[in-house]
Amino acid sequence: MTETISNSAKQDLLTAGDISDGQLETMMSRMMSREIDRGELFFQSRRNESWSLEQGIVKSAGFSVSRGIGARAISGEKSGFAYADDIQLDVLEQTSSAARSIARVGSSHSTNVPVERQFPEFYQGIDPIVSVSKDEKVKLLSRIDKFARSLDPRVKEVSVSINANHESTYIYSSDGTDHGDVRPLVRFGVSVVVEQNGRRENGNAGGGGRHDLSWLYENETAENFAREAVRQALVNLDAVDAPAGPMPVVLGPGWPGVLLHEAVGHGLEGDFNRKGTSTFSNRIGELVASPLCTIVDDATIPNRRGSLTIDDEGTPGQRTVLIENGVLRGYMQDKLNAKLMGVASTGNGRRESYAHQPLPRMTNTFMLAGNSDPEEIVKSVDRGVYAKTFGGGQVDITSGQFVFSATEAYLIENGKITVPVKGATLIGNGPEIMTRVSMVGNDLELDLGVGVCGKEGQGVPVGVGQPTLKIDQITVGGTQA
Amino acid sequence: MTTTLVDVNEDTAQTVHTPDDEAKLSEFVSRILEVAKSGGATAAEVTAGDDIGLDVKMREGDIDTVEFSRDRGFDITVYRGNRRGNASTTDTREESIQEAVDAALAIAEHTEEDSFSGLADPDLLAVNFPDLDLYRCDPMDVEQLKDAAQTAESTALEFDKKIYRSDGARASVSSNCVAYGNSLGFLDAYRSSSSSLYADVIAKSSNGMQRAAWFTMARQRSELDTPECVGTKAAEHAIRKLDPRPISTGEYPVLFDQTVAMGLILHLLNALSGRPQYLRSTYLLDSLEKQVTSSEVSLKEYPFIPGAMGSRAYDSEGVATSEKYIVENGMAKNYLLSSYSGRKLGMQSTGNASGVCNLTVEAQTIPLTDVLKQMDRGLVVTSLMGQGVNILTGDYSRGASGYWMENGEYAHAVDELTVAAKLDDMYKNMIAFGDDVETRRNIRTGSILISNMTVAAL
Repeated sequence: MTETISNSAKQDLLTAGDISDGQLETMMSRMMSREIDRGELFFQSRRNESWSLEQGIVKSAGFSVSRGIGARAISGEKSGFAYADDIQLDVLEQTSSAARSIARVGSSHSTNVPVERQFPEFYQGIDPIVSVSKDEKVKLLSRIDKFARSLDPRVKEVSVSINANHESTYIYSSDGTDHGDVRPLVRFGVSVVVEQNGRRENGNAGGGGRHDLSWLYENETAENFAREAVRQALVNLDAVDAPAGPMPVVLGPGWPGVLLHEAVGHGLEGDFNRKGTSTFSNRIGELVASPLCTIVDDATIPNRRGSLTIDDEGTPGQRTVLIENGVLRGYMQDKLNAKLMGVASTGNGRRESYAHQPLPRMTNTFMLAGNSDPEEIVKSVDRGVYAKTFGGGQVDITSGQFVFSATEAYLIENGKITVPVKGATLIGNGPEIMTRVSMVGNDLELDLGVGVCGKEGQGVPVGVGQPTLKIDQITVGGTQA
Repeated sequence: MTTTLVDVNEDTAQTVHTPDDEAKLSEFVSRILEVAKSGGATAAEVTAGDDIGLDVKMREGDIDTVEFSRDRGFDITVYRGNRRGNASTTDTREESIQEAVDAALAIAEHTEEDSFSGLADPDLLAVNFPDLDLYRCDPMDVEQLKDAAQTAESTALEFDKKIYRSDGARASVSSNCVAYGNSLGFLDAYRSSSSSLYADVIAKSSNGMQRAAWFTMARQRSELDTPECVGTKAAEHAIRKLDPRPISTGEYPVLFDQTVAMGLILHLLNALSGRPQYLRSTYLLDSLEKQVTSSEVSLKEYPFIPGAMGSRAYDSEGVATSEKYIVENGMAKNYLLSSYSGRKLGMQSTGNASGVCNLTVEAQTIPLTDVLKQMDRGLVVTSLMGQGVNILTGDYSRGASGYWMENGEYAHAVDELTVAAKLDDMYKNMIAFGDDVETRRNIRTGSILISNMTVAAL
């Protein structure tokens, strides 16, 4: 990362509150005066602008600002945390004093890690809110509304939204961390309701990433989201009841990678493994998935929704191999859990905002491409389900049980994709399902940039991806037993 | 006491809200409304909040996290005629007021005319402000919270050898002050409080680990389940989930236990709310005076119960709340409407811009053991996973785990199941109601038995 972006983020945040480097140091030394392993001050300012169209009218839009500091003092496994919605010296003082109250009698273990000054950046430090004028945003929403309606007379309702977010962060820690970051994030979404003979169905499409809004105007990006939403909704008009029970399932490429996020990803986050509460705890080096599976978490892909130049503890974003040819290789770590497990942070320490504590979280998590032709994969199934689009998923990391909900799916009969079936939830046990992956396609795709992952009440943007893959048996939750 | 925990108590003890804070926050709202008016807004409304909280998490007998929180901010909506703009900020410094108002006004120059937009109808605004006794704030005391969490955790850990470890017990207190005002002259502020206790434990057997949690929340600690009760319930649930055994895919009666029955009722309320009605994106389109549930059920709101979690005299637009049926003997009686969705549907706001108030499921309840006897053989769902609820099509398909019942008694744990049906059938097939009603939550229901759903299993 260039010093410039890091510094400008730092200056922006500290100048507003009239806080000098010397005052930061004093604050930190006071926080460290009790028996604290590591003190950390997190400064953040975030601006968000969103526009939405409903029933043909750009009827509402909002602008929001949040700015504050989070102070954390760590002693062994304990954390003291306090935050305030103001970046001012006296507030900083109160906040850090509250945070250090966690201290216990003992010795101080403050350690400095070598601080890198130069590392690559994976997006530009731009403000996407101003990349397109308000007028242009309104025009774009109206254009896409009309375009979606023009695609098919059965389109009855169209909602379109644009969201642009600009975030500056600065992290100052007793371990020597002194880094800032500027993170753009945009998102565009279209959802439609179609109606035919009294039956109504919906379809949704959207995308985004860490870039500006000009991407919507290139290669009909915005129009393509509208096409996709309408296509999905029309398919569902013909959907029949989904089957119920265990059967082979073929998952399409891209967003269905939510499978990996749930079945594997969460279970490999450092906190659960440090506490021994994950079904993957103490299993490094073991075969936990089919040898066809290699799964990585990668914060370094340029401009992706889940990418991070530095994480929220100032550790550079990285690519971490989680599972290699089926063998468990590593966990995703933040500083707290890494230290307690005797390893290094993998740059996965993330927080929703200054008002939340960092946790080990995913960035962009996906499976690498395999060798199979996607068509051959479908051909190999006698009777099963082909799932193309998903809503979202959830996992219980302790039992390993996870679900994800298909919103566009088809029956496979005699090796051919036939009729569409209604949305249904798929359920399985993470480690078991991963051993039943029997074919992996050569068509890796990443999702288009819509994912929000929730953990302990904190939402963070993430990416997922995968090639087409076949699971020999998973339970499909339809109504046709 | 040599730790600094004591210092913190001294620091924070004074920071819970006083009546004076209500007056200050009201005055703050008035000032913002003035700024909006002089900036050219033809109408405006402002909500401002000030929340203070303390949360202590214990894990394996020691403090895991102590968290102090202070959230302040305001949200302003301005109108230029029928054009609307909104801004919100956590930055409450004087100079930031103008910034936020300007941002909202700038947006209102670009949004389009919407003849249904605007403030609430003046004659619907609340004029009575009964004392709802919502502020019973416990002291922000780290030691007290620590003790409660520790007792809950140790009770769970000592409950049975099968309890493998704790994933933490958490005790919290929060003190909230909120003010709302609009350019029609409405201005009010009130304080509310909440206390909660939560325990999350893991049981283990040779067949693997299972997690379960128990949660209790009320206006004050004295109304909560005791720490011993929270620990015991979490431990009992975790142990009952151990050693799941397979069942066959098929059609079975399904009991939604009290904790998941709330969610079931929430889907129905969503389907009856204003936005999906005017967007024609609900399976319960145009359903007033039509049967939407079993005729044995009524859903009624009671907004004025003193000290209840869902009590309020007015909604987020200042519209007076009222005691009313949403569903009466199975018939839909009222949609849940804001001013905007009301106008879109040619109706008036029902005072539900911020949801329902103490929504109570009214039905003939019987002891839970009798409900289970009536079910005889079937599934008790204690936890649900995933998003598989489609309000538009009325399709329901979710991941589930719980217990298998034989002859009305616990037979064994089950997991990795899905339960699926049409929502419309599920509500019409609600055939029995347990007396295990949780009155401290905003949706007041006990366990609910549905006569038939598709259960898929491996």
